[in-house]
Amino acid sequence: MSARFFIPGDAGAVAVGADEVATAFEAAATAKGLTLDIVRNGSRGLYWLEPMVEVETAAGRVAYGPVSADDVPALLEAMLAGEPHALLLGPTEEIPWLKRQTRLTFARCGIVDPRSLEDYRAHGGYKGLEKALALGAEATIEAVVQSGLRGRGGAGFPTGIKWRTVAATQAEQKYIVCNADEGDSGTFADRMIIEGDPFVMIEGMTISGMAVGATRGYLYIRSEYPHAVARMEEAIRTARTAGYLGRGVAGSAFDFDMEVRVGAGAYVCGEETALLESLEGRRGVVRAKPPLPAHKGLFGKPTVINNVISLATVPIILAEGATAYRDFGMGRSRGTMPIQIAGNVKHGGLYEVAFGVTLGELVDEIGGGTASGRPVRAVQVGGPLGAYFPRALFDTPFDYEAFAGKDGLIGHGGIVVFDDTVDMAKQARFAMEFCALESCGKCTPCRIGSTRGVETVDRIVRGEDREKNLVVLEDLCHTMKFGSLCALGGFTPYPVMSALHHFPEDFGATTPVLEAAR
Amino acid sequence: MNSPEPWSAARAAEIIAAQADCEGPALPILHAIQATFGFVPEAVEPMIAEALNLSRAEVHGVVTFYHDFRRKPAGRHVLKLCRAEACQSMGADALATRAEQALGIRFGETTPDGRVTLEPIYCLGLCATAPSAMLDGRVIGRLDARRLDRLVSEAQA
Repeated sequence: MSARFFIPGDAGAVAVGADEVATAFEAAATAKGLTLDIVRNGSRGLYWLEPMVEVETAAGRVAYGPVSADDVPALLEAMLAGEPHALLLGPTEEIPWLKRQTRLTFARCGIVDPRSLEDYRAHGGYKGLEKALALGAEATIEAVVQSGLRGRGGAGFPTGIKWRTVAATQAEQKYIVCNADEGDSGTFADRMIIEGDPFVMIEGMTISGMAVGATRGYLYIRSEYPHAVARMEEAIRTARTAGYLGRGVAGSAFDFDMEVRVGAGAYVCGEETALLESLEGRRGVVRAKPPLPAHKGLFGKPTVINNVISLATVPIILAEGATAYRDFGMGRSRGTMPIQIAGNVKHGGLYEVAFGVTLGELVDEIGGGTASGRPVRAVQVGGPLGAYFPRALFDTPFDYEAFAGKDGLIGHGGIVVFDDTVDMAKQARFAMEFCALESCGKCTPCRIGSTRGVETVDRIVRGEDREKNLVVLEDLCHTMKFGSLCALGGFTPYPVMSALHHFPEDFGATTPVLEAAR
Repeated sequence: MNSPEPWSAARAAEIIAAQADCEGPALPILHAIQATFGFVPEAVEPMIAEALNLSRAEVHGVVTFYHDFRRKPAGRHVLKLCRAEACQSMGADALATRAEQALGIRFGETTPDGRVTLEPIYCLGLCATAPSAMLDGRVIGRLDARRLDRLVSEAQA
């Protein structure tokens, strides 16, 4: 039999048994005297169905899941005989959860063999670079500006404007730095794309390098992602051998090379200037801005520092045109966002969709409610620094400005769902505790404020001078929000104040007594 | 898990020399040292300082800033449980308590027999299959009491 089988090698699938399933398929095939062509693809992002096994048929790929190793012998039997099986999900592309998405950045993820450069090219890979080389540096930057792409790491700064600044700064050496220090709980888009489509990172960084005149790139991946590190390093070696990195990239006159650097467990290194410090070999202490990294970044040289998803989206913008991308979305949030639905949710995974979908649709319809079957009480959007939203705010559209308008943020697009057993005072305390644990220590509001915050939440919950301590907490959050050097101290008040504002009963209040910190 | 090599200054010098010429070599060197010896021995700090033309205090500052770098060897197995929000929403706190009780140690400690070190980790990016854990680099999702107990026994074996 020559059919190809796809069993994800994605860490999320491996964590729920994909390696054992692959081994079981091989064993079952051997027992039948068959050899299977197994591709370890990325994940399609339907994590509640992982490990999801696909088989190539004359009518396209057909999916089964979630498959356990014990299911395999009978499953293979059914696949070979063309008989139905309880785990059959049907043609993969027809699964509604996947079909309703707009996959631009993640177009290839879960489909291609992430180890194969040929497969990457066969699925539209390197069309963006080809176009960029034909357009030239200036027009390439213009295309990124026109697309409306904003930094997907959370800050939402226009990517093209950043590039323009670096391009306009004269220097002998410039750098492209990709921020893959995806530390926010509830987010895994960076991990998924690096594991499932690593060549798109190389193409995106190469285009960026060509556009701004940088010849070296660093991709800083957190150490908690060993699978992503291994996959990315392998892809870089493959691309280099094939002439897509190094001198005269893809036969052009332009040189670009890059390497992976591994973080060391510091959450704050996801902040761009702390990341640069870390790359330079120092403590990940945040730098004061200005100077901007675009002027004085890595080793003091002009540096583009972009998030994984921003850079992974650049190739398709170039390949399909800025307008095609900009046509998706709402307001000033253009294009699509790979939204990650996680935590206590029935259908968790990665859902790429145009901006504008409401939080309620994401949680109730797409996510299908909680995994526990209990009512949804709160969702945290945007990682540990994002606000907790109650059901009352579920009509908020997924859009940078709309979330800011409700004292929240979309951050890197992660949504963590909690059921009605959650203790919001405990969540608020954790936000302060995490900030204290991860603070780089440079500025006082973050370093000291977070520790005082933990103590103050404890006092409030114990009912000690309650009214007075509520005022202290609000004042503390105000100081942290406006006095911290970076988003760690500056945004920790979001989860704290939103928990207090929307769920005062968990803090021992009988009536809501507080306004959110503004 | 690969068993670490015993400390050797000559071996450390070799590792430092192999990385010293790259841009920003400190973290790559420290990762390589830890991968070899299982931790970052204090004796290596002056060697790195010398090679990179830094003060010993600067190197010490880097080593102690990052959660990953160990100042002393870990147990034979390292069990990391995710303690971040997505895992909390799926009952990670109760599992954490269960692990502490089963091993008789707190987070950050190693069992007296030197078999298991228990550590918190803040997000493995497995948030849609929470709660998650990592045992010696192997990732585990959809953790529950039964699977945790199995992991703990595996680590204690």
